[in-house]
Amino acid sequence: MSDPTAAMVTAPQAAEPGVVTDTPPDAGRPGEGASKDKPRGLLGDAWYDLRRKPLFWISAAFILFFVIMAAFPWLFTQTDPNFAELSRSRQGPSADAWFGTDIQGRDIYARVIYGSRASILVAVAATIGTVLIGATVGVIAGFRGGWIDQLLSRIGDVFFGLPFVLGAIVILSQFNGPGTHRGEWAIMGLVIAVLIILAWPVSMRIMRSTVLATKNADYILAARALGASNTRIIFRHLIPNCLAPVLVYATILVGAFISTEAALSYLGVGLQTPVVSWGVMIASAQNLIRVSPYMLLFPAGALVLAVLSFVMLGEAVREALDPKMR
Amino acid sequence: MSNLYVADQPEAATAGHPTGRLLEVEDLRVEFRTRDGVAKVINGVTYHVEAGETLAVLGESGSGKSVTAQTIMGILDTPPGFVTGGAIRFHGKDMLKMSAEERRRIRGEGIAMVFQDALSALNPVFTVGFQIAEQFRVRRGMSRKDAKKRAAEMLDQVKIPNATQRVNEFPHQFSGGMRQRVMIAMSLALDPEVLIADEPTTALDVTVQAQIMDLLAELQRERHMGLILITHDLGVVADVADRIAVMYAGRIVEEANVHELYAKPAHPYTLGLLESIPRIDEKGQQLRTIRGLPPSLLKIPSGCPFHPRCPMAQPVCQEKVPPLLQLGPTRASACHFAEELVKRD
Amino acid sequence: MGRYVLRRLLQLIPVFFGTTLLIYWLVWAVPGDPFAGKCGERPCSPGFIATMTEKYHLDDPWPVQYVHYMANLLTGDFGETFGQRPISDIIIQAYPNTLKLATVALTIEALIGLTAGVVTGLRRNGFLDNLVLISTLFLLAIPVFVLGFVLQFLLGVQLGIIEPTVRDGAPWADLIVPGFVLGSGSMAYVARLTRTSIAENRRADYVRTAIAKGLPMRRVVGVHLLRNSLIPVITFLGTDLGSLMSGAIITEGIFRINGIGGAVYRAITTKESATVVGIVVVLVMVYLLMNLLVDLLYAALDPRIRYE
Repeated sequence: MSDPTAAMVTAPQAAEPGVVTDTPPDAGRPGEGASKDKPRGLLGDAWYDLRRKPLFWISAAFILFFVIMAAFPWLFTQTDPNFAELSRSRQGPSADAWFGTDIQGRDIYARVIYGSRASILVAVAATIGTVLIGATVGVIAGFRGGWIDQLLSRIGDVFFGLPFVLGAIVILSQFNGPGTHRGEWAIMGLVIAVLIILAWPVSMRIMRSTVLATKNADYILAARALGASNTRIIFRHLIPNCLAPVLVYATILVGAFISTEAALSYLGVGLQTPVVSWGVMIASAQNLIRVSPYMLLFPAGALVLAVLSFVMLGEAVREALDPKMR
Repeated sequence: MSNLYVADQPEAATAGHPTGRLLEVEDLRVEFRTRDGVAKVINGVTYHVEAGETLAVLGESGSGKSVTAQTIMGILDTPPGFVTGGAIRFHGKDMLKMSAEERRRIRGEGIAMVFQDALSALNPVFTVGFQIAEQFRVRRGMSRKDAKKRAAEMLDQVKIPNATQRVNEFPHQFSGGMRQRVMIAMSLALDPEVLIADEPTTALDVTVQAQIMDLLAELQRERHMGLILITHDLGVVADVADRIAVMYAGRIVEEANVHELYAKPAHPYTLGLLESIPRIDEKGQQLRTIRGLPPSLLKIPSGCPFHPRCPMAQPVCQEKVPPLLQLGPTRASACHFAEELVKRD
Repeated sequence: MGRYVLRRLLQLIPVFFGTTLLIYWLVWAVPGDPFAGKCGERPCSPGFIATMTEKYHLDDPWPVQYVHYMANLLTGDFGETFGQRPISDIIIQAYPNTLKLATVALTIEALIGLTAGVVTGLRRNGFLDNLVLISTLFLLAIPVFVLGFVLQFLLGVQLGIIEPTVRDGAPWADLIVPGFVLGSGSMAYVARLTRTSIAENRRADYVRTAIAKGLPMRRVVGVHLLRNSLIPVITFLGTDLGSLMSGAIITEGIFRINGIGGAVYRAITTKESATVVGIVVVLVMVYLLMNLLVDLLYAALDPRIRYE
């Protein structure tokens, strides 16, 4: 892509003193040796900006922290989160149990740690699924146009028209209602599937509108004129340039899914025992908020922190990728 | 970097201005402070314009011609742009020393500006009539009805057909040339004494260009306005300009009246520009260019900024910045070898 | 313009049928006994089952059921709950409360969000700017249910400033805190969107022209800048109203508001399938119409897209 500022950045080197002839050496060619002045391009500029933002580093640190917590919970606690000892029920924070115990005598700290696993896993898996499916459909719809576009858009609209939480509750209460007993992975898989099914139209729309906007760009036309096949155009030219909004959206989506999953669990239709989930912890803590506020505080705090870090990261990435904010 | 300025401007023909020149820029300096360094965009520019005359400011992209105009109008993006020296005098008073309110009053009534891209320069969500009429309403206290009538009259003056209907249309509903006329109408609404036209025809095709230039010339004559025409197109300039100032790397490198400049340029850059115009009677020969590219304003070459590209460059060109030397009552050139150039053939 | 509206309405029809079909299938076509728990402790009498089966065509394959249902619907008959209560009654009772809540939420969103966004958009990188940026980030991150009962607890129970639950009839004063909770995320988004839009448009060419015309800054900002910058924000608010009117299950639950969200949640948990479908049909209709209105609004605000 031709960078109009290339001339500004790559300055021709001044001729050596005393060696002035009628043909000044290489004064006109953009400096090939001037590596410091090489134009960076949008992604390069974005990374340069991103590195400088404290927002980025803070959120990245938190996310890393949560990811490690989710992947290796035993690094943080040795206690079994599901081990219930009624005699220890509803004890405040102590040396034994840093966050106290819940009504069944389970260690809250351990449950918060293990809760992160479910939340992060579900959110990340759901995001990957949503973005992959949505982006694929969006590219097809945007690129092909015509009746394919109409059809895919209408299908997207159908899913879009269903209120999200409502649809999730309906589906999940059929398959996952109180009283059904399933294994850990089955429960998580179900929630992930439901999230993807209901959320893919949004990422499809984003991708589709970006594709529509860039489809007729000059460089695409140029590639076509040079004989590039459709596949090549899509993968080499279209997708790299449409990545930016999808990237921002995906980051924020992880945060949104963590929040949504917690809400569904809170309502009793999302993750449930034996899966440890922050949402369920919050739900069981709400009636006891007066006497044992810590039962609510810690899982809620962890939840907010997790969502916050992803939202912060998304913001940092968006600001870095936005050329207009320079 | 010191830049000696030697030229003595000849006394202005007294065109009825008791306090001197209508508009003059004196030794203006502007820099852009960016993440990559400080770019010296304007390095001691001096020019002036009188009522009824057209000054063309000629230069490539990056020469600083538009930035000078923006600084005159006071619409320079600050940051990153900063005025670091010089004066801009309107009727003898230095605008850089005025209050913001005083400067604002000069805009539109004293000095007005026409921009290059009319589509982005006009507000897309308001009708053309609204944008012209608001000046009458806000600054002359006219009623809505009267202002709208006057707006239609302005559109008429710039020869837009069906003015009374088109006054209710939006900018995107006009063609490029018509839009430019709208911009001109808008800028002339308050009868300014000076009009700055920043590349008014660059975005238009050739036939429309000619029409717009004719229109500008006619309006200028009728109103006895000073016109500063900023452009990079030598062809456009020849018909319309009285005097020309050639800019390079933020400096004036040559100043002359139009006949002198075209007949016998006194600066290698001007010479290069003139020679690079393809001519019909030179078939089958290689097109002549000025080799190289304009310098990055972050690292302007020492001495004469043009020396890396100049076919006549000598060691002194790299060492000493050539001052703007007066070559005659209406000519000046910033080249160590200006006199030799003029005496050639 | 009229052709555009017509085209959109036509597009609406398949989407409407598609969504309602989807929800019908989800609710009715899942295996299970539709009569479980309907008649209290005892299993339902055969007579009751027979009447209901005939009434709701429960013996027919579900696509046929769907057609019957939609046919009834189009004549305004939403059917009855298993307890013989007309579903349309439920809807008519519950929806106004939701609408009131939605209005309060939207007003709070718009007022606070726009003000914060405009002020920080004009004057970037100040203390206020950072304050707004950080607080909006928090509001975006805190889930509605957490914010909901934390505020309910703090303001209602602990400090007693507000009624912890909304009283019958949903008086406007009671709806302020629930409205704030419901709109908190969107408010944060509005503030940021406004801020970004204003900051971007400040450097636009037409703003430069307005200044070059010598207009006072008050007018440049208040008329030229604002009018353009607010377009994406207003359209977002319109879309948000559509979502708000789709019911807020969680907020209504926490604050015990008798709205459509609560009604549908109850219906889901008690497996009142007909009620669920009926309510969803209404919600979908409202949502689709709101979307159309927002698109028209967008065309009204931005003359460049007038003749789509």
